[in-house]
Amino acid sequence: MLKGHQTWVFESKPVIAASSAVGGPFEAQGALAGDFDKLHEDIWLGQDSFEKAEKRLLEEACEVAINKAGLKKEDVQFFLSGDLMNQIISSSFTARTLGVPFLGLFGACSSSMEALSLAALLIDSKAAENALAAASSHNATAEKQFRYPTEYGAQKPPTAQWTVTGAGAALLKGEGDGPRVVAATIGRIVDMGLSDPYNMGAAMAPAAVDTIQAHFRDLNRDITYYDIIATGDLGRVGHQIASALLVKHGLEIPPGIFTDCGILIYNQEQPVLAGGSGCGCSATVTFGHFLNRMRKEELRRLLIVATGALMSPLSYQQKESIPCIAHAVAIEI
Amino acid sequence: MSNKKKKKLTPTQQEYQALANNLEPKRPVMANCIKAFLVGGTICTLGQGLQWMFIEYFNFTEDTAGDPTVAVLIFISALLTGLGVYDHIAQFGGAGTAVPVTGFANTVASASIEHRSEGYVLGVGGNMFKLAGSVIAFGVFSAFVVALVKITIKKLGGM
Repeated sequence: MLKGHQTWVFESKPVIAASSAVGGPFEAQGALAGDFDKLHEDIWLGQDSFEKAEKRLLEEACEVAINKAGLKKEDVQFFLSGDLMNQIISSSFTARTLGVPFLGLFGACSSSMEALSLAALLIDSKAAENALAAASSHNATAEKQFRYPTEYGAQKPPTAQWTVTGAGAALLKGEGDGPRVVAATIGRIVDMGLSDPYNMGAAMAPAAVDTIQAHFRDLNRDITYYDIIATGDLGRVGHQIASALLVKHGLEIPPGIFTDCGILIYNQEQPVLAGGSGCGCSATVTFGHFLNRMRKEELRRLLIVATGALMSPLSYQQKESIPCIAHAVAIEI
Repeated sequence: MSNKKKKKLTPTQQEYQALANNLEPKRPVMANCIKAFLVGGTICTLGQGLQWMFIEYFNFTEDTAGDPTVAVLIFISALLTGLGVYDHIAQFGGAGTAVPVTGFANTVASASIEHRSEGYVLGVGGNMFKLAGSVIAFGVFSAFVVALVKITIKKLGGM
């Protein structure tokens, strides 16, 4: 049901029956390693290309989520997924493996919450009894496509971020026990004219703030309603800017509530500059870490605001600025 | 940012960029310069050592020792790229590793390794000079311009 301008409230509260997170070697050394279902030591995952390795990550995340929910892959009614690759090949090729009806999505790093909100909408509108939402990213494939070869020696500035090698999946059902998707706010494009691909946090922060404002305005909720409000991959730089912007807009989130998946996923000592990024960042931290905490009842109300920078490798060479978006999903138990 | 570019931005965008700019950590330019000096200097010292070795022990002259010296540096750089070490040295050394011949070798080697998965012809062959290509194109063109200048001055009776 539409509430306000851009928020869906899911009356039936679709249940996240099972979720999974799969990661790579760098995530295994990270702060949230314990929340991953599977961690790989090899960034190639035994495959002969990085692209195949990313597809394997996504396949594994889907397999784990489907198994945990006690289903077989042919029982999945709809598969919604997105990633960062050109023509979202990781998602499409995983859909080929699953062999179920598929909706491919592209929202850059916001794909995880775009998939989750649409899956919840399908179930809430009775268009499906279950749906699998997933997203993935791989550090080497993202570097290869958007920046330079992985072994190229370029000095990155302190605002640059580290693309997460990981995939997360959530299997939603109409009924059952578990964390429930209660609302979603679909973001609009915000472009503040920034064009530096090594400073995505600053480019995406206004989009996150716009969606957070819209969410609280549409639902007429107090800012302290949620236990955690986490942005997807703003990193340390973007998080600081988003906090300052929220204060400026009179929406000050108390300390301890506002955080960012890109800051949480890695340890301080890891050389990730401003923090993690990529579809896999919000997907693994939400579908792994946060949902685990909800199942342990450490958290009851969660708002994930996944941010995406919708540029292409060509658009920034042509000096275009970066259009950014953020989708927010509220999960409660 | 240039003023021309700034003029195209709306007041809201300008205001935001000023706010964001204040909160962003800046590139540590001074520290980077010192690191680049030390790392670049070390590479050049190594090159000097190699040149001396070739003159002293392998019967090269000062004019001919340059070629084997550069070849050895390129080999070391490509090897370190393949072993996955070079990019870490570069993150520390910055321009210190980019400017000497080692940086050029790294661009070719890293692009070749990266695109091995697309095959030898379209992958390695087609992408090998992806980064190095512009260095070659503009390097050759600059050399051509400099040569023209030199010839002109010579003809006019200078040098």
